[in-house]
Order: sequence, then C-alpha cells, then structure tokens
Amino acid sequence: MIEEHGISTACISLIRPHSERIKPPRSLWVSFELGRPLGAPNDADFQKKVLITLLQLLERPDGPVILDDYPLDAPESDEDVAVLSCPVRFDNQATDDSDPLKTSFLREIQAMRPWYDIALKKRGRTTLGGSGIDIDLLGEYIYAYVKGAEPDNPLQDVDPSVSLKLAVEDLKGYYVEAVTAQPGQEDLSSKALKEWLWDKTTAGEVLVELIKTCSQSENEKLKMMGTHFIAPMDIMLKRNVIKPGMM
Amino acid sequence: MADLPEIDQKILMGMEGPTFESRPWVEGPPLNQRRVALITTAGLHKRGDRPFQMGQPDYYRVIPGDTRDGEVVMSHGAASFDRTGYQRDWNVVFPLDRLRELADEGVIGSVADYHYSFGTPLTMPENETVASELSDLLKKDNVDAVLLFPV
Repeated sequence: MIEEHGISTACISLIRPHSERIKPPRSLWVSFELGRPLGAPNDADFQKKVLITLLQLLERPDGPVILDDYPLDAPESDEDVAVLSCPVRFDNQATDDSDPLKTSFLREIQAMRPWYDIALKKRGRTTLGGSGIDIDLLGEYIYAYVKGAEPDNPLQDVDPSVSLKLAVEDLKGYYVEAVTAQPGQEDLSSKALKEWLWDKTTAGEVLVELIKTCSQSENEKLKMMGTHFIAPMDIMLKRNVIKPGMM
Repeated sequence: MADLPEIDQKILMGMEGPTFESRPWVEGPPLNQRRVALITTAGLHKRGDRPFQMGQPDYYRVIPGDTRDGEVVMSHGAASFDRTGYQRDWNVVFPLDRLRELADEGVIGSVADYHYSFGTPLTMPENETVASELSDLLKKDNVDAVLLFPV
C-alpha cells in the first residue's frame, strides 16, 4: 500500500500462500520459522545475505509482482533437548508450605537470576521491561492472577489484561535470556527452548494454571487474554487447556 | 510453515487476508543511492513507549534510526510466533544493525532517520489511512525504499 503512494517496497514472506494471494510488488519467501524473518539470531553473515537478497529485488525490472524463494534454510542448532539444564526443582519440600507451587515458582525465578545477570552483562542488553515490573516482583504479580486476584496495574492507560500479558512475556524472556547464557546453550533451537520452558520448568506449570484461572474469569478481557495470548495453541492442546475443535 | 504445529497451520491457512486490484510498481535509483527504512509487524517500540493494545487508534510506533539493541521491547499480543530468537538478537526480527553495516559498506545509500513498527491487526480502512500517513512521513525523510518484515 506504500507503493501506491510512490515509494518502492520489498517484503519478506513467511507464509507463501498469503503472498500468492495478496500479491505485494516484491516479496522474498523464506523457509524460516515465524518470528524470525532474518532466519538466525547471532549470525550476522546469514542475516546480511537475506537482507541483500531482499534489497536486490528493488533493482529488478520484471515486476509488478515478484515472488522469489530464498534458497537457503536457516542454520539449525545441533543441540538436543536433553542437554538443556533444568532449573533446580523445589517441589513440596516444606510440609507446612500452604502453597508449594508458588514457593517453587518464586525459588525457581531466584535460581535463574545469576544466569540472567550473566546474560545481561554478556549481551549488554535485555528484552525485558515491557510490563514495567521489576524481576523481583514479577513472580508475585503473575501468581496473584493465578489465585484469581487482580493486583495493582503497573502501567497507566493500559488495560490490566495487557499488563498481565506483558508480564508473562517478561517472565518467558527472563528464562530464555538466562538459560541461553549457560555454557554451550547460546544457540539452542526455539523448539528446545519451548519444550524446556513449558515442560520442564515450574514457570511453565504456573502459566498453565494462569490460563485455567483466566478461562474461568468473569472479566472478559482477562478471559480472552488468558485463553488466546499466554501460550501457543499446541501447548494448550497438549496440556488439555483447550480441546481440539475449540479454535 | 511445515514445521509449525498442525493447529497453527490450520489457523494460518484459514486467514484470508486482503486482496488488491491495483498492481503498483515504483522504480528508483541504484541500491547504493537508496535511502532505506524498515517496517516491522513485531510490535517493537522504544522502552517506555505505550504498549500496543487492540482497539486503540495509535496504530504504529516510531523507532528512530539511532536506536540500539536493548532500547526496544516487544508488546505484540500473539503467543504463536517464536520470540527466543529476538530475545538473543533483535536483528533476527528488525535488522537495523545489519542495515547500518550495509550503509557503511556502500551497498545502500543511507539509513532512514525513522523506522516504523506495528503490533495490532488493522482493518482495511485503517490500513489505507496509515499507509498514506506513513508514506508522507517517509517522503519527508527522503526515503525511497521500504523493507517490510512480518513475524
């Protein structure tokens, strides 16, 4: 639509059938996964090759409507899920603990902290901060929603359900940034990280409980957020939070 | 696409998306004279900017050309696309560092002063309004090439 106004455009296509239907002036279909239009993190050479190929479409005379296929797949990590370290589990260690899931969750967040701090130092940046909630308070904030409470909104002029979503993404980012700072785990695949987060951590367990609580909420925005935007669909199916045919 | 869970494939293939009757085609100078801007749909914005929210009329965020990794956060609503790549390197979503390098190497002419980010789906009338507005802004920035990156 920008081209209609006199400026040349070229776009990456992640879903080829969509580009075939929409027919933008110039697109480069890539076989990369959703969320990675340049293919591979921390691989400047690969990213630059994709970018140059996209830019070169601007010099082609054979339009309108160029849809090219990028010939290379993104480089994949050889790491296996099994090598990924799990955070220390603190399950039900105290018999007088009234909420062992919460205790385990908060301890797990603390246990990840040294690796998050190393990640921050090594990379010189973090992607956390969308929710505006300090890491030390993130667990308490999310867990309050698990128990059906609605804590004070950390963001002004933003719906509380959106603040919750941003807190959840901050939590996931915290875990991923931390675990990929551990030795030999910088290049782990998204699949390995997803399986680790949802199947091996207490945080994953807590987020599934969060979805269950939100799905029962009378607050429609919270219900919508919980049932659609906290976990990927395949995770919700796997954990029986939704049933096949519901979506 | 083939690597996606079956349910995601079904949802994505069920999305019709818009169609357009016109086939615009704008040519320009050689690459090494082009001024290039990036547009992403990843819901990125400067830390401290208002997060993206459905139903709000502020459809896009501005990412200044001198923005550095760590100065942006992502407030896209979807849980279906991978964020673990972005969490390690923002260039996998928004290749501003790579674009600067290409400008330094003389592959492109220059990098725009402003880039743009979207994080919520827009209706067709909204798309048309925003495309017109952005195009005016891009022209004032002397941009003659725009690269679009979905997630």
